[in-house]
Amino acid sequence: MSAELDTFPKLLLHHAEVRPTAPAMREKDYGIWLTSTWKEARDEIEALACGLHQRGFRRGDRMAIVGDNRPRLYWSMCAVQALGGVPVPLYQDSVAAEMAFVLDHAEVGFALVEDQEQVDKLLEVMQRTTTLKQIVYDDERGLRNYTQDFLHHYDALLAEGRDFAKRHPQFFPEEAAKAKGSDVSIMAYTSGTTGNPKGVVLTFDNVLQSARNGAEFEGLTDKEDMLAYLPMAWVGDHIFSYAQSYAAGFCVSCPESGATVMHDLRELGPTYFFAPPRIFENILTTVMIRMEDASSLKRKMFHYFMGVAKRAGIKILNKQPVPFGDRLLYGLGELLIYGPLKNTLGLTRVRLAYTAGEAIGPDIFDFYRSLGVNLKQLYGSTEASVFVTIQPDGEIYADTVGKPAPGVDVKIAEDGEVMFRGPGVFQEYYKNAEATAETKTPDGWVHTGDAGFFDDRGHLRIIDRAKDVGRMTGEKIFAPKYLENKLKFFPNIKEAVTFGDQRDYATAFINIDLTALGSWAERNNIAYASYIELSQHAEVRDIIREHVESVNQDLSGDSHLGHTQIKRFLILHKELDPDDGEMTRTRKVRRRIIAEKFGDLIDALYSGQQDVFASTEVTFEDGRKGKIEANLTILEAKTFPVAASPDRHKAAAE
Amino acid sequence: MPDASQTAAAESAAEPSAPPVPERRFSETLLEVKNITLRFGGVKALTDISFDIKKGEIRAIIGPNGAGKSSMLNVINGFYTPQEGAITYKGRHRKAMRPHEAASTGIARTFQNIALFKGMSTLDNIMTGRLLKMKSNIFLQALYWGPNQREESEHRAFCERIIDFLEIQAIRKTPVGRLPYGLQKRVELARALAMEPDLLLLDEPMAGMNVEEKEDMCRFVLDVNDEFGTTIALIEHDMGVVMDISDRVVVLDYGRKLADGTPDEVRSNQAVIDAYLGVSH
Repeated sequence: MSAELDTFPKLLLHHAEVRPTAPAMREKDYGIWLTSTWKEARDEIEALACGLHQRGFRRGDRMAIVGDNRPRLYWSMCAVQALGGVPVPLYQDSVAAEMAFVLDHAEVGFALVEDQEQVDKLLEVMQRTTTLKQIVYDDERGLRNYTQDFLHHYDALLAEGRDFAKRHPQFFPEEAAKAKGSDVSIMAYTSGTTGNPKGVVLTFDNVLQSARNGAEFEGLTDKEDMLAYLPMAWVGDHIFSYAQSYAAGFCVSCPESGATVMHDLRELGPTYFFAPPRIFENILTTVMIRMEDASSLKRKMFHYFMGVAKRAGIKILNKQPVPFGDRLLYGLGELLIYGPLKNTLGLTRVRLAYTAGEAIGPDIFDFYRSLGVNLKQLYGSTEASVFVTIQPDGEIYADTVGKPAPGVDVKIAEDGEVMFRGPGVFQEYYKNAEATAETKTPDGWVHTGDAGFFDDRGHLRIIDRAKDVGRMTGEKIFAPKYLENKLKFFPNIKEAVTFGDQRDYATAFINIDLTALGSWAERNNIAYASYIELSQHAEVRDIIREHVESVNQDLSGDSHLGHTQIKRFLILHKELDPDDGEMTRTRKVRRRIIAEKFGDLIDALYSGQQDVFASTEVTFEDGRKGKIEANLTILEAKTFPVAASPDRHKAAAE
Repeated sequence: MPDASQTAAAESAAEPSAPPVPERRFSETLLEVKNITLRFGGVKALTDISFDIKKGEIRAIIGPNGAGKSSMLNVINGFYTPQEGAITYKGRHRKAMRPHEAASTGIARTFQNIALFKGMSTLDNIMTGRLLKMKSNIFLQALYWGPNQREESEHRAFCERIIDFLEIQAIRKTPVGRLPYGLQKRVELARALAMEPDLLLLDEPMAGMNVEEKEDMCRFVLDVNDEFGTTIALIEHDMGVVMDISDRVVVLDYGRKLADGTPDEVRSNQAVIDAYLGVSH
C-alpha cells in the first residue's frame, strides 16, 4: 500500500481518480436504491467540506455526527477529516443528558444530525453546554418553524460549499493533503457500563492499519457489498462500513430505515455482513416459526435436508472430506432448500459474515455454517480498532473466537486476563489519563477486562469478565458466565446463575423459559396454574436435568473447565427481574444481590438437603410488594469424568 | 413531539422577538354547512346544524355516542343527502352530491371501521387513492407499455413520498390484512393523502389505539396539516387528543349543536360539561 494513502480524504481522492464510476455508496430512498459513485462522493464531500469551512470549521475542531446510517453522515465524517477536524459519532438513541456529557467532554463545536428528533435534543443540550455553536441537519421535516440562525440545512450548506469550491478548486485537495497518518482520525465514545463514557482516541494509522490487515486477511476486494445498519457511533460500524470501504474501495449501502433492514438485506444480497449473535438468533427463530406453519411436505423436506446440512454442510465449507452420497444430497438440498432459504434471508452472496459481541449458541452458529454461509466469530474492542482475534478460514470452532489477527499480539496475564498489543491500539482516553493508565501499559499492552485462555489448538477462548472469574477450592478457575451461557443456549432455560467460587463443586439456579415450556406443556396436555407450578413440575425437572447433564457432558471434554460440571441445582420459583434488582435493565444478572437475597438457597445447594423452603419478596409492576413462597427440590445432575490432558497428548502421539 | 414544543417554548422565552410557532389564523372559509337537518324516516339524526370549516385548520367534531358525528361527516362527503339545509364548499352551493363527486372535488376520508382492500399490499392500497388522478383509461392501464407506464411511475413516486412521510416503508409490500390495527389506520390515512385532498375527513382516527399509537397518529395528523396545508375535520372521542391538536371544536349532542369554539371555550361551556358528565334532574 503506497505510503501517501494514509488518511481517508487521501483515499477518497485516490478512489475518485482510479475508479470514478464505481459505486461508493447506495441508499434506499422513496423505495428506490440510489447509487453514488466515488466521483460523486468526492464532489459532495468537497462541497460539504467547503461549506463547513465557510461556516467557520477549522483544523482541530470537532464535529458530532448523530443519526441513522446515511451516506450524507458518512460523507460528513470524511469532510471533517479533510479539514483536519475530528468526527465524534454519537449513538442516535441516546437521550439529551447523555449527549450533553460527550459534547462537553469532547469540546464539540459543530454537529451534523439527521432530523428534527436529533435537533431537538441538541437544542436542549445547548442550554447547558457552551461549546456547541452550529448545527447542520439533513431531513428538514418538521423544522420549518425553527428560526435559530445557527441551524443550517445540509442542502444550503452544500450549495454554499459548491460555490466556494468553484472559486477555490485547489482548496479541498490541499486541505486533504495536510493530514498525516499519525493524526487523530476519530473519537469513539464507549458506552461504558459504569460511570461516564470514555472517548477512545484513534489515529488514521490505527484505524486504517487495522482495517487493511483485516481486509487482507479475508481477501476483501473492491467488489464487496456491505449493508451499514449498525449504529455509526459503534467502532465496528466505523471499521466495516467506513474504514474498510475506503481501504478496499467497495460499496456500502444504507437501509431505508431501521425497520426495513431485513427487506433491504434481501434486495441487496451483500457479500460481507456483520451482525451480533442476537440478530442471527432472531433470523433463525423466524425461519423455524415459519417452517412450522408451512405445509407438511415442505416441512418434511426442510427437516430432512437440514439434517443433511448438519452432517455434511459444515465439513464441505471447511473443505474436509465428505462421502460422495452426502455431497450429492447436499447439492440437491442446495437446489431445493438452502439456496431458496439463503435467498429469502439475503445471504445468497455472502462470502464473509462476522459475529461478535457475545457468545453465540453453537446450534445457531452451526445452522448458518451448514447452509454454506461463511459465518465467523471475531473478538475485538474499541480500544483495538476492532480486530483482536479472528477465526481463520478452515479453523472454525463455535466455542472459540479464533487466532490473533494479523499484526496483533495476544497474551494471557497471570490472573487470566486477556491482553493485546497491535497496530490498532488506541492512543488514549480523551482527557482521562487515569483511565488510560489503568487500561494501557507503557509498552502498549491493553487490558481487555475479559478472562480467557488459549486452547490446545492455539485458539483464544473468552470465558467471562475477568472480575467475575473465581477460583474453586482446588485453585482451579471457575467462570460463571461461561457455564450460564452454555445453559442458556437451551431454549427452555431463560436464565441461569451459577456458583462455585471458593467451593468444592459448581451449582446453579435455573429460570425456566415460560414461553418455550408453556408451549411444550400445551402440546403435552400438562396443566399448570402458575409459573411456580410449571417450574416445579416433575417432567420439567427432568427436562432441565437433561439439559444440565448435557452441559456437563460437553464440559467433560474440556481439560480447562471440565472440573466445573454442575453437581446440584434448583429451579427457581420466580423469574429474575430487573424490578427486584436481580438483573440490570439490560438483563445481566447481578451476582452479589442474588447471592445475598437467595443466600439460604445457596447454602442448601452446598448442604446435603433434599429440599428447601423459599420465601421471596417481589415487586409487582405497579410498585406493590408481595411474597412468593415455595418448597424447592434440590436436584442432582450426573457428572462425567473429565478427559484428562495426558490422554489427549497420547492420542495426538498415536 | 413534546420535546419539540418544550424546547421551542424555552427558545421563544429567550428571544421574545421571534416566536418559532406563529399564531394560527384562518380567514378563508373552505366549507360551510347551514341549517342541516337529516332524517331517517322518523328519526332525526341531525337537527338544524350550522358551522364552517376554515381553510388550513384542524376542526374537531365531538359528542357522546349517537350524537350524529359520523352522520355529519357522511353529509359532508355526500354519502347522505340532508332533507333541509345547504352546504357551501369552495364557494359553491350544493345540495345533493355523490361521494365520487366529493372525492373529485378534493374531499378524502378515512373510516371508523377500516375500509381497506385486505388482500392487497400497502402500496397497492395507497395507489388506489391515486385512481382519480390517473388519466389513461382502463385499456391502456391493462398494457404494460405505453403512456400508462410513465404515468404509473409518477404516481408511484407520489405514493412513495407518502410512505416515507408516514414511516411505513417496512410494510410497503405486506398485505394489509396481516397488519396490526394501528398500522392499518395509518395505511388508510396514507390512501386518503394519496388523493391530495383539500379537505380530509378523519372518522375516529385514534379509536382502539394504545397511547403510543395515538401519539404517533397525532403527530402525523399535525404534520399533514403543517406540511401539506391540508384542512382536516376529525371526529374523536379522546378529549385529550381533541383539545391538544384541534384549532376549533364543534360539539354535537342528540343531533343538535351544543357549542362551537376553541378548545378552551368548549371545555368551559356548561352545556358541554353537562352533556358529557350528565346532569341530575
